[in-house]
Amino acid sequence: MKTKTISKLYRTEQRYAYLFVAAPVIGFFLFAFVPLMYSVYGAFTNWNGLGQMKFIGFENFVNLFKDEYFYKSMYNTLFMMIGIPIGIVLALLLALALNRGIFGTNTFRVIYYIPVISSIAAVSILWQWAYNGDYGLVNQFLALIGIDGPNWLQNTDTVKPALILMAIWKGLGYTMLLYLAALQSVPKSFYEAAKLDGANAWQSFLHITLPMVKPVTFFIIVTNIIGGAQIFTEINVMTPTGGPEYSSASAVFYIWQKSFGNFQLGYASAMALVLGLFIFIVTLLQFRMNEKSSFDLD
Amino acid sequence: MQLALSRKKENVETMSMKKKDRITDFFIFIFLSVGAVVMIAPLLWMVSTSLKSKEDVFALPPVWIPTDISFSKYTEIWSMGPLLSGISNSLIVALSVTIVGTFTSSLAAFAFAKLNFRGKNKIFLLLFASVMIPYPVLMIPQFMMFSSIGWVDTLLPLIVPGLFGNIFMIFFLRQFLNSIPNSIIEAAKIDGCSYFQIFYKIIFPLIKPAVAAQLILWFMAIWNDYLGPILYLNSPEKQTLQLVIANFNASYAIQSDYPLIMAASVVALLPMLIVFMIFQKQIIESIAISGVKG
Repeated sequence: MKTKTISKLYRTEQRYAYLFVAAPVIGFFLFAFVPLMYSVYGAFTNWNGLGQMKFIGFENFVNLFKDEYFYKSMYNTLFMMIGIPIGIVLALLLALALNRGIFGTNTFRVIYYIPVISSIAAVSILWQWAYNGDYGLVNQFLALIGIDGPNWLQNTDTVKPALILMAIWKGLGYTMLLYLAALQSVPKSFYEAAKLDGANAWQSFLHITLPMVKPVTFFIIVTNIIGGAQIFTEINVMTPTGGPEYSSASAVFYIWQKSFGNFQLGYASAMALVLGLFIFIVTLLQFRMNEKSSFDLD
Repeated sequence: MQLALSRKKENVETMSMKKKDRITDFFIFIFLSVGAVVMIAPLLWMVSTSLKSKEDVFALPPVWIPTDISFSKYTEIWSMGPLLSGISNSLIVALSVTIVGTFTSSLAAFAFAKLNFRGKNKIFLLLFASVMIPYPVLMIPQFMMFSSIGWVDTLLPLIVPGLFGNIFMIFFLRQFLNSIPNSIIEAAKIDGCSYFQIFYKIIFPLIKPAVAAQLILWFMAIWNDYLGPILYLNSPEKQTLQLVIANFNASYAIQSDYPLIMAASVVALLPMLIVFMIFQKQIIESIAISGVKG
């Protein structure tokens, strides 16, 4: 008798629980799972959005690895990730500086964070103007110190560094904020103990601060690589044709051109799949590396 | 505050230490100030450009504060492009998604954190796995799906998927709910509350601050989105604000009407800037938590 009421209660609870999680589960199937399967299948066909999808085996992938533009766009995407370590070092420095609790900390935090909340389209428009060869802010600043700046976005050598610089500027506040939170959670007693043991500031930084912020560093690296692999908007706004000699086109930019410009949907799906696989493997490797070298203090 | 106190205590130790610390702090302040100028200068320059006349933009050396400040570009932009419909389209998308999506997300988070059902963890992991799928992999089939039901060039493809909830928000709210004792819910059950009542009478008021922070972040992400809108929206009057300003940029750069472009961009930036200024404490806190917990 008693078990029956309990199981009835449990069944009611279960029914409501399924009702409550129904929306995201349906959403997952409709907008993630089904498209993913479709994408995997489409990558093996000559899908062009109009005629029949004909299965063509690995032809798209074979062509992909012969496609000069594919290599170029992948190379550009990877190249622009140089900004990630630079941004991380700068952000950590800023966080360390702000963690001292000096005058104006809150104001600094807000100012550094403003580029993060700014729309990427508006920021790209602004920086395109700032990189203008004749009247741009960047070259006017360089002229002050006697350097004749190039026409940043029209030059194969400078277009990627220009985009990297902008990405660092935009992302710095976010990374800094994450580091600042991590630094504030490091117990002060660790530093005091180290001081008693005669450790200098550099040693404390190396053996306390860095290991303690390691989980955050890991989080930042993973999210930055995932985001960096999908860079698109800046490229689309600042260099609408993919830059001089396609030297700023990213992987997603090329996928976008192939699919929505040329309607080579199967080919573009194959490319997207390769990119997705790349992101997946890098993330997995990161997790492995983090597991191997991580340790707990308590 | 705590930090300042502990710092003070340390400083009492020796006078030379105190002096050294002060000098270091001074140099760090200078370093941070220079950094802050670099961070804010491009944005100030954007505002400055928007207040200049078309010719003043090309003055050498550059003028930061134009001699005759003119707001005429801010009146001109409304007739030079579909800026107003851009704003309303962006608002429609961002508001409908965040309001409905927040409801579905928090309901799901409640179930995942506080209710018992078979396959709970498996379902959660399945949902969370979708985070691993980058959007470029999904965008082509999604586009074809929406195109087959005639939704291209409408706001629906940007709205509908969001209504089903957001896994990041579910994850975050579930974490938050785990810290709330189960006894509250048990007590409510004994009092005869239905599960819906438990949700909106007990759970929702408790998680409101966390929900608010997540909602703001989500709203900003949708407001600033570019890739989704550029795939689906073609007609100028259907486009969201970000696309409208990108088109301003593409069409008026040839006439080098930079003040006009910058004025439109300022208008696109301003709403989020205001939202950030109002909610900066909540935004900064929830970002910081997401990093520490993630």
